Amino acid sequence: MSATRRLQKELLKLQEHLPPGISLVQADNFETWLMDIKVLDDNPLYRGDTYRLKFHFSSSYPIEAPEVTFITSPTTPKIPMHPHVYSNGIICLDLLDRQGWSPVHNVESVCMSLQSMLTGNEKNERPPGDADFVKSNRRRPRDISFYFHDEKV
Amino acid sequence: MDSDDEFHSGQSSDDFMIDDDSDTGLPEDDSDIDEVDIGFESQEKITKPGRKSYEVEFKVYSPQDIQSYQDKQIDEVSTILGQPPEITAILLRHMRWNKERLIEQYMDAQEQMLENVGLDQDIAGPPRIETKKNFMCDICCDDQPGLETFAMKCGHRFCVPCYKHYLSRKIKEEGEAARIRCPGEDCNRIVDSKSLDLLVATDLKERYQELLTRTYVDDKENLKWCPAPNCVYAVDCGVKQRDLLKIVPTVHCDCGHNFCFGCTLTDHQPAPCALVRKWLKKCEDDSETANWISANTKECPKCRSTIEKNGGCNHMTCRKCRHEFCWMCMGVWSEHGTSWYSCNRYEEKSGSDARDAQAKSRQSLERYLHYYNRYANHEQSAKLDKDIYIKTEKKMSQLQNSSGMSWIEVQFLEEASRALQQCRQTLKWTYAFAFYLARNNQTEIFEDNQKDLEMAVENLSEMFEKPVDQLAKLKVDMLDKTTYCNKRRVILLSDTADNLKAGKWEFNVELTG
Repeated sequence: MSATRRLQKELLKLQEHLPPGISLVQADNFETWLMDIKVLDDNPLYRGDTYRLKFHFSSSYPIEAPEVTFITSPTTPKIPMHPHVYSNGIICLDLLDRQGWSPVHNVESVCMSLQSMLTGNEKNERPPGDADFVKSNRRRPRDISFYFHDEKV
Repeated sequence: MDSDDEFHSGQSSDDFMIDDDSDTGLPEDDSDIDEVDIGFESQEKITKPGRKSYEVEFKVYSPQDIQSYQDKQIDEVSTILGQPPEITAILLRHMRWNKERLIEQYMDAQEQMLENVGLDQDIAGPPRIETKKNFMCDICCDDQPGLETFAMKCGHRFCVPCYKHYLSRKIKEEGEAARIRCPGEDCNRIVDSKSLDLLVATDLKERYQELLTRTYVDDKENLKWCPAPNCVYAVDCGVKQRDLLKIVPTVHCDCGHNFCFGCTLTDHQPAPCALVRKWLKKCEDDSETANWISANTKECPKCRSTIEKNGGCNHMTCRKCRHEFCWMCMGVWSEHGTSWYSCNRYEEKSGSDARDAQAKSRQSLERYLHYYNRYANHEQSAKLDKDIYIKTEKKMSQLQNSSGMSWIEVQFLEEASRALQQCRQTLKWTYAFAFYLARNNQTEIFEDNQKDLEMAVENLSEMFEKPVDQLAKLKVDMLDKTTYCNKRRVILLSDTADNLKAGKWEFNVELTG
């Protein structure tokens, strides 16, 4: 599978070098990886917190975007506050959508994009309609068509 | 000869593409029609001289027709712009097939435009597969020597298997065709058809063409797909969105499906699209109440036995007590004998109790139910008639055997059945229409027409249920009734369409296009 070969290479690279604030938690198969990210500057919304990301790869990766969500764990109890992150961890980012995804992106670049998405944010809020969405959503992130109404955040 | 033809076809469709001054697009006056953006060649259009006022002009196209017309347009523009066809195709799709605007903008700012669609100016040499030294594919991270690679003019190079995988995923899973971009990050270059030919397998090419054709029809205002399941035809009609308050453009697809070109719902003449939307929404909101009040069954007014209607006609005879009554008004049937049918009309109550708000709301619900019941009844009856239609064929062959009639001679049954279907469809919508009509003289005429059609349909429907051995004797009568039904339908539709066009109907709600 091309996904396996590509992920092997990515993993080698990640084990060799990681950008600051990003760490590899678990990658013992080529389906699900866990990554931790930290916001580096002094943004009061995220200061001192670490957030965990779950990557799920299909066999069509990297042609198809991975499914990326924030999850909680004993060491990372929070889902970051952001107007594009629902409280159940689902992320609304064009990069992870069909239209915005390019096979040239990789785990590292996704982590960095999310890191910078958090860094640049000043709003201590959830997306509009968060409560309803979290209550009713049973779909997987990739089957939801988000409407990217705000390119600035 | 060839060049002559080219010139002609170019000329006539040039004329057609100027669509801004076609004001009404209404089919009555042919002078207008000529200016409507038809998009297809003028000589292909049929002008039926005897067209009724409720009918619109349209044409049905097969996928091959659409393909060839598309190709023709691309060729034409290609010569004007001096660009190869595959580039022209991308440009045309980018401009949603608005040829004039494309040529204008292209002449104004050629480079800007090519850049916008991800094509820059140096288009030299056909795309080809190459092998590069020291190459590593950014998608699969493969770096073995001799790996076949491909890149478009943007220079984003990937190995051929990855490129193929990417394209087939876009085409197969995501249904994209006209706007597939380079797999490179943030690259807006669109994969042109030559590159696609090089990389994509034959079976996918078919799918790709299909998708391209689909975007062509979706992009053009005068083309719409027939919404019937598995139908491959598209319909070309010049009626514009802004005309829909004045006209109900029902078109007939070659597959046999009749639908409204405006909203693609099943034929809803005489009610205009905006009214239909309102009505359907209302039925959705109120349907539970309505269902609750008038469930599928009714009780015999005499002996209270529960009765389910299982045939198309309103003349009910209770199995238990032999009481004959009308399913609509539950009145005694014999009373319908002389004054016949007065139960299509809602008797507006006098204004005396209008002050009582409760009575008012009850009345408005009652009024709604009056129309809804009749609407639903025709819908239901049409379904039942359809069941009968399926049995008709059997009846027809039985009739051929029992009475020695030929195949041609029993066709009247099929005709009758078709007339019933069509009239019921029309009647159904007359009740939605009437619900929103303000009361005036026009309404009286409308209700009279409605009553006449209703009567004619009921007569025919009743005849239709007769046992086979009686049908042969009824042939002449049935033929007459069929003709009469169709005639009443034409009268009703013509009257409503004329008034709609002249803006003479007053509605009790505001309709917006």
